[in-house]
Amino acid sequence: MAPSPAPAQAGHAGVSAASRWAGVDLHVVSGKGGTGKTTVAAALALALARDGRRTLLLEVEGRQGIAQLFDTPPLPYEERKVAVAPGGGEVWALAVDPQEALLDYLESFYNMRRAGSALRRMGAIDFVTTIAPGLRDVLLTGKAVEVVRRKEKKGSDVYDAVVIDAPPTGRIAKFLNVNSEVSGLAKAGPIHKHADLVMGVIASPRTAVHLVTLLEEMPVQETIDGFAELAANGLPVGAVFVNMTRPPLLTDAQLLMAEHDTLPQEGIRAGLAQCGLAAHETEILPALLAEAADHAQRVALERREMQRIEVLGLPTFVLPLLPGGVDLGGLYELADLLNEADTP
Amino acid sequence: MTRTTFAQAPSLAIDDILADEELHVIVCTGAGGVGKTTTAAALALRAAEQGRNVCVLTIDPAKRLAQAMGLSSLDNVPRQVPGVSAPDGSGALFAMMLDMKRTFDEVVEGHADPARAQQILANPFYQTLSSSFAGTQEYMAMEKLGQLRVRAEAEGTWDLIIVDTPPSRSALDFLDAPARLGSFLDGRFIRILTAPARGAGKGIGRIAALGFGLFTSVLNKILGAQVLVDVGSFVAAIDTTFGGFRERADETYALLKDSGTSFVVIAAPERDALREAAYFVERLRADGMPLAGLVLNRVQKLDDPDLSGEQAAAGSQTLTELAGESTSAEAESQRLTAALLALHAQRTDVAARQRHLADRFTAAHPGVAVSSVPALAEDVHDLDGLREIGNLLALGR
Repeated sequence: MAPSPAPAQAGHAGVSAASRWAGVDLHVVSGKGGTGKTTVAAALALALARDGRRTLLLEVEGRQGIAQLFDTPPLPYEERKVAVAPGGGEVWALAVDPQEALLDYLESFYNMRRAGSALRRMGAIDFVTTIAPGLRDVLLTGKAVEVVRRKEKKGSDVYDAVVIDAPPTGRIAKFLNVNSEVSGLAKAGPIHKHADLVMGVIASPRTAVHLVTLLEEMPVQETIDGFAELAANGLPVGAVFVNMTRPPLLTDAQLLMAEHDTLPQEGIRAGLAQCGLAAHETEILPALLAEAADHAQRVALERREMQRIEVLGLPTFVLPLLPGGVDLGGLYELADLLNEADTP
Repeated sequence: MTRTTFAQAPSLAIDDILADEELHVIVCTGAGGVGKTTTAAALALRAAEQGRNVCVLTIDPAKRLAQAMGLSSLDNVPRQVPGVSAPDGSGALFAMMLDMKRTFDEVVEGHADPARAQQILANPFYQTLSSSFAGTQEYMAMEKLGQLRVRAEAEGTWDLIIVDTPPSRSALDFLDAPARLGSFLDGRFIRILTAPARGAGKGIGRIAALGFGLFTSVLNKILGAQVLVDVGSFVAAIDTTFGGFRERADETYALLKDSGTSFVVIAAPERDALREAAYFVERLRADGMPLAGLVLNRVQKLDDPDLSGEQAAAGSQTLTELAGESTSAEAESQRLTAALLALHAQRTDVAARQRHLADRFTAAHPGVAVSSVPALAEDVHDLDGLREIGNLLALGR
């Protein structure tokens, strides 16, 4: 279920990310390839860290995308602080390496790290983590739940929220559900118990699975299908992030004329003359009209796609395309937007 | 030293490639979300309409694109797309969508006697392996390609097979996953692990002597004892019936190095997609695999490239100031013109950024032929749309 947002107050800019998702400890950010899910995951971790909170951003696909985004050296298998948030918050990051996670697992469950190193020498660890039935995913989701549940000595959570830059939409339900499969395969014993524990966090309101999309046909279709699959698997559906949007530069009336090729050419010609572009007007005018028609067509398509997203009835966040590409400054900009959004 | 820019890179001559009768396999690869499936389908349609007998193997097409090619049923068999041929009546287009589990089942059924095949198909480990293992989709895409090639040679059904690759995190997975899976299934390690299940009495003693008992017990703890037993009986069942998964993977891999194969690397003008493309190009070179070139999809086109972004932005600002708050008809026209110029400036900006990224690719790989396809306002979902993409591809750079 989507977490219920704090009531929006009249006159306020909106609800902060931390209060909107007050009961959510684990945010899973997925999306079709190319939609910018790493960027959104990072911006969300930054938004949630505001005002003295601490968040952890988890990378599970070994791409070092987070390090590139925060402009830091490649992340080791070790939690590192990568950014500070407004109001004294901190964003930490961890690139989960399945092999290291397996050694962790051996140590914490069986106190067998030494056996683990021997296994590694034989290439067994490599074999187990690359090939064995979803074991990779078991380890990755297990690690996520471990950091979610980790406590300070005083008993408070080490991280106020954990955000996973998760596998793409096509794989997300399988990825999150892997432990219920494991629990079915291993009918008893420590594995079974651990798998149930992990599912107890993932398939609960403590988790929210968000999907990132663009206003294009295929990503939107995948998003719709993805949410249906999550719901069918009993996984907690979060929000839609509509990424890389560009506001239309023309008014609705102008878009309509552009689409029907009825823009007033005389007026535009006069306008071009007034700003000193009359010289090669014969080329400029048709080019501008063609670009406007193309733009109108694209805006119409984007609006159709937006309607399909609205039908989902989920909290929806619209993020702009950052003109200079995504850098650290851009991440702060997106995080601010997430903290100010008044999305219901 | 001057760097080669994208505009100076050799232009990818798609029609020469499609017409090359020595060429029998084209592999379309690239990062996820760059338009691989659409490009593969457009190339296949174009080749068929130029007289080739083409089969296109798609992995996970968008519903409407699949429908456009008549792929409403997922039966893992190539079906002819009706109404596609060259003007002289030669040429045909067949299309299929990969069903990974079915392909795996067929491999088993094709190589084991019915009783044993049943035993394998019912094995829980096999069922997980064939439907959800990382790498299985890549392996089965490769396997299907191998099968189609054999059928093409035996029956002369197709003279060109175009393959789309699975939407992996990394394009390299397509090349690496099959060998990984093959070596896993064939590997010594799995044999040691599963020795008890295979009843290799002598083996156990030796293994214990080597101290392997500890490892199997660790793995039993991690995976659960039943899993290892299932793996063991699976390996035992496939072991005697058909030789070497790895051998099979190696054979298909060798096919990819053949001069009858060519790779088309696909990217979008974005940093990550181009980086992935660069990795792939380097890998192909290292492995001696033939590269046709790079297709850059979704490129921002400019209708008047001579009107610079700065000029347009300056003009837009002048007109906005002139119009001020006035509601006169003249001010309306000024605002409209200002908006159109701002739109042009924005597009020029996007184009410049894309060109910069494309130039970086070409600077590192100056010899790679390129073709660019402009961003279209709408997605492709019929044959006419694919034809248009084909025309744009053929224009090259």
